Amino acid sequence: MSIQKEDVYKVAALARLKLSEQEAIQYTNQLNDILQFAEKLNELDTTDVKPTSHVIPVSNVMRTDEVKTSLSQERALFNAPDQQDGFVKVPPVFEEE
Amino acid sequence: MSKYETVIGLEVHVELSTKSKIFCGCSASFGAPPNTQTCPICLGHPGVLPVLNKEAVNFAIMASMALNCEIAEQSKFDRKNYFYPDCPKAYQISQYDKPIGENGWIEIEVNGETKRIGITRVHLEEDAGKLTHMDHGEGSLVDFNRVGVPLIEIVSEPDMRSPEEAKAYLEKLKSIIQYTGVSDVKMEEGSLRCDANISLRSVGQAEFGTKTEMKNLNSFRNVERSLQYEVKRQAEVLDSGERVIQQSMRWLEAEGKTKLMRSKEEAHDYRYFPEPDLVDLYIDEEWKAEIRAQIPELPDARKKRYMEAYGLTAYDATVLTNVKPVAEFFEQTLAEKVDAKLTANWISSGILGYLNAEGKEIEEIVTLPKHLAQMIQLIQTGTISTKIAKKVLSMMLATGKDPKQIVKEEGLIQISDEGQLKEEVQKVLAAHPQSIEDIKNGKDRALGFLVGQIMKATKGKANPQLVNKLIRDEIGL
Amino acid sequence: MTLMRHSLKSLHTELANGSLTASDLVEASLKEIERVDGQVKAFLKVDHEGARAVAKHIDENRSAKRGLLHALPMALKDNICTDGLTTTCGSKLLANYTPVFDATVTKQLRTHGSILMGKLNMDEFAMGSSNENSGFFPVHNPWDLERVPGGSSGGPVAAVAAGEVFFSLGSDTGGSIRQPASFCGVVGLKPTYGRVSRYGLVAFASSLDQIGPITKNVEDAAYVMQAISGYDPMDATSIPQDVPDYLSALTGDIKGLKVGVPKEMMGEGIDPGVRAQIQKALTQLEKMGAIVEEVSLPHAEYAVATYYLIAPAEASSNLARYDGVRYGMRQEGKNLLDLYLETRSQGFGDEVKRRIMLGTYALSSGYYDAYYLKAQKARTLISQDFEKIFAKYDVVVGPTTPNTAFKFGEKTDDPLTMYLNDICTIPANLAGLPAISVPCGLADGLPVGLQVFGKAFDEATLLRVAHAFEQETETLEAPTLGGSAV
Repeated sequence: MSIQKEDVYKVAALARLKLSEQEAIQYTNQLNDILQFAEKLNELDTTDVKPTSHVIPVSNVMRTDEVKTSLSQERALFNAPDQQDGFVKVPPVFEEE
Repeated sequence: MSKYETVIGLEVHVELSTKSKIFCGCSASFGAPPNTQTCPICLGHPGVLPVLNKEAVNFAIMASMALNCEIAEQSKFDRKNYFYPDCPKAYQISQYDKPIGENGWIEIEVNGETKRIGITRVHLEEDAGKLTHMDHGEGSLVDFNRVGVPLIEIVSEPDMRSPEEAKAYLEKLKSIIQYTGVSDVKMEEGSLRCDANISLRSVGQAEFGTKTEMKNLNSFRNVERSLQYEVKRQAEVLDSGERVIQQSMRWLEAEGKTKLMRSKEEAHDYRYFPEPDLVDLYIDEEWKAEIRAQIPELPDARKKRYMEAYGLTAYDATVLTNVKPVAEFFEQTLAEKVDAKLTANWISSGILGYLNAEGKEIEEIVTLPKHLAQMIQLIQTGTISTKIAKKVLSMMLATGKDPKQIVKEEGLIQISDEGQLKEEVQKVLAAHPQSIEDIKNGKDRALGFLVGQIMKATKGKANPQLVNKLIRDEIGL
Repeated sequence: MTLMRHSLKSLHTELANGSLTASDLVEASLKEIERVDGQVKAFLKVDHEGARAVAKHIDENRSAKRGLLHALPMALKDNICTDGLTTTCGSKLLANYTPVFDATVTKQLRTHGSILMGKLNMDEFAMGSSNENSGFFPVHNPWDLERVPGGSSGGPVAAVAAGEVFFSLGSDTGGSIRQPASFCGVVGLKPTYGRVSRYGLVAFASSLDQIGPITKNVEDAAYVMQAISGYDPMDATSIPQDVPDYLSALTGDIKGLKVGVPKEMMGEGIDPGVRAQIQKALTQLEKMGAIVEEVSLPHAEYAVATYYLIAPAEASSNLARYDGVRYGMRQEGKNLLDLYLETRSQGFGDEVKRRIMLGTYALSSGYYDAYYLKAQKARTLISQDFEKIFAKYDVVVGPTTPNTAFKFGEKTDDPLTMYLNDICTIPANLAGLPAISVPCGLADGLPVGLQVFGKAFDEATLLRVAHAFEQETETLEAPTLGGSAV
């Protein structure tokens, strides 16, 4: 499998990254190198191998349903780049018609 | 008969009534000022970790059981990745391939026929925040209070064949969930939300047509109306030889039509993968038994009980059991030892009629079950007539007063004094000789007319049975 | 010995008998930072006022109960959250981010009485092996300022090696504690996954990340481990298991210890100078009574490929929250999409973007099975290799890195070459096992690290082995930088 420049643009869009033409070319080459290196894994027969998502042998870790103190509105918005009336403000979600 | 068959499946989100959120200790209650029920965890600050609320799992298991699902022995959480300002981590913790419940069903009734609708899955996830769009495209305001409130998503099979069935399914689902107590299922507060997938296919065709997805239908009425609209729209598209395009639609309530949701973005690719911050869940027999033992009587069982124990009709039993607080009102009234059938009638026609007209929920009414019972007793003892009772009930509902007080204050006690009524009867008979003749000639309607005249003269207070008897006596029948 | 080189144990004594105060230590630390950090550049933020205030408070409350790390100046890698003190992760995107909460380890260190001097430089979001990926400026190796300190915990390691603080905490996802510890001649321990709470550690790859101590010697590492280990109800992946007394594990006795040496870690890719030092160390261990045998990790050669699929995949999701909405940098745009694109493109550096791209691709529809799932399966095989060895051996020993500290710019052109530098450290993260890097002499005048892997939750044995070895090895101390040290 090799990754094309169009794929790189698609992935960048998914990850919300803007790439210049030059970056796109660079990433295409570098990702291809890395993915080619990763092809090495295809040497492994993993037919009956279970995937590991957690290395630790624990399950059912849960907390009891208790309400803890929340942050004050001021603390919650302390780092917010823009706010209004206790809300975090963002630019319009949809483009103007 | 249309040449198309409608195919509908619903995706319903239900917010669970836990005290705290699913992955942090913030309160999950509704209606707080913006951003006052948040913490670094639900705000998705760097470095925070989720810890699962056990009650949310309990509730999801209970809901799954109530919907006749198989409960997963092993379940897990996954990340669903997408960018949106209401989703602080830019991923939602959800369940992808191992939901809590699968392969369930519920039964609905449409036009007197019972039909089973399959439930594909019930999975647990976290809710998102709330976005308010400002005027003039100035921007949007985000409130994160609701982020992390536990949700279950209930996905149905595409088993519904009409908007009416879809509405019946949603009503039944709401009813069942309400009975379990795991959610308050209020559409207006967003604790019950519905998306619908709908497609048409030619009658007799096996494979499904192309579907559209209707997003966020916020009332029962809108579910039905929007689906009816979409059935028509898709039929027109197909009739004109075009193809339905798979897309998301938004229902515009005011305009009564659906609209294509703008999506300039690329197609979604949620890149699900196992949530590394949470460990697997194993739901063993003991845990399941514990939850099963807590499931209260569900609407179908209660309906059956009402029919068997009280001899109610299927219709009455359904009406009384649909909404749990209505059933509770019924049972609290019965606790005062009044006739079940009469009580059922008074609730379904009197109280539910009133609620419908006023657009209210039964929890909002001021009348107490014991007052309804007293009113029924007043009828049974002959103190008031059924007709007067209607008037008394509407005053009870309006004021919250008890019926005895109303009857007393308004002077509504039934006149059952023969002497007093005889006088009225004679007056009326004297004024309507023709009617007497008619009665003698066997015209029953004339008798009814005379009774009516006497009721009118006594402002409805006359005991109608007694009036009837007195008229007959006077005429000599 | 200059004050800043004293061991934690001797400092305890000096503090207890009143010959030193907390303020003395804080002033000494501040003076050293002032003196050398212009060259080392380990610190991103020095909290003069905060540190002095805590020291004053300690000195005024002498009768108060003394924690394990009482009055000891330390600093934290800048991906460990500190309430009220910026936590940047070495990224421009978080340059102005001030947490409103403490990481669990931060709390634990405060509870044990240590004094936070500031926050330490790192590769952006812990992605890097040289510290050249810091969003601000690179850290320099105190042994040779023209060389990299290693990464990503370059700041935490350099600060300890240069004697600016008594200890620090770093994080290790693929070797980020051990590799720089090896490059700078100090002790670095990556605990078992789940031993130390990750709450408040800015996530890079959640299934691999662990916080661990960086110290001048093994005994100090035992002190710090004692303070930060244990179950945390805020971290569902931390393990409710008793924490042994690490200090009492330092017996100096390793007679009969069974040591496995993977042939895959002693082969061609290892610099001869490094290999020679490791051989010497193995001989030393044998001399001390250990039984040293060659073993094999047949899947070790797949570790780097496995890691560079899993870690970026998790990172692509973990770093998605940096969107300019709630905190951190925001580059305004005409609409929301623009804001996302501008903020993330301008806020993240090259390497971070590269890994986000790689990880997004590995998880995307149609590629998940071929890359991410395949890597998770390979991960299982790598874990099983260790299980087999640990059925017979107590520890596994090898080099921490294939080579010593390299020069700035030497490996920046080709990301893959840089990634291969993690070849010896990555397996421990994939298998979730504890591993320690302890200095074992010099090669061409630069420090070499001996790496010891242990069984899950058996940090005690690691510390015992590393400590015993350390007792029989010449102490390394970075050359004094400019003038006389405190």
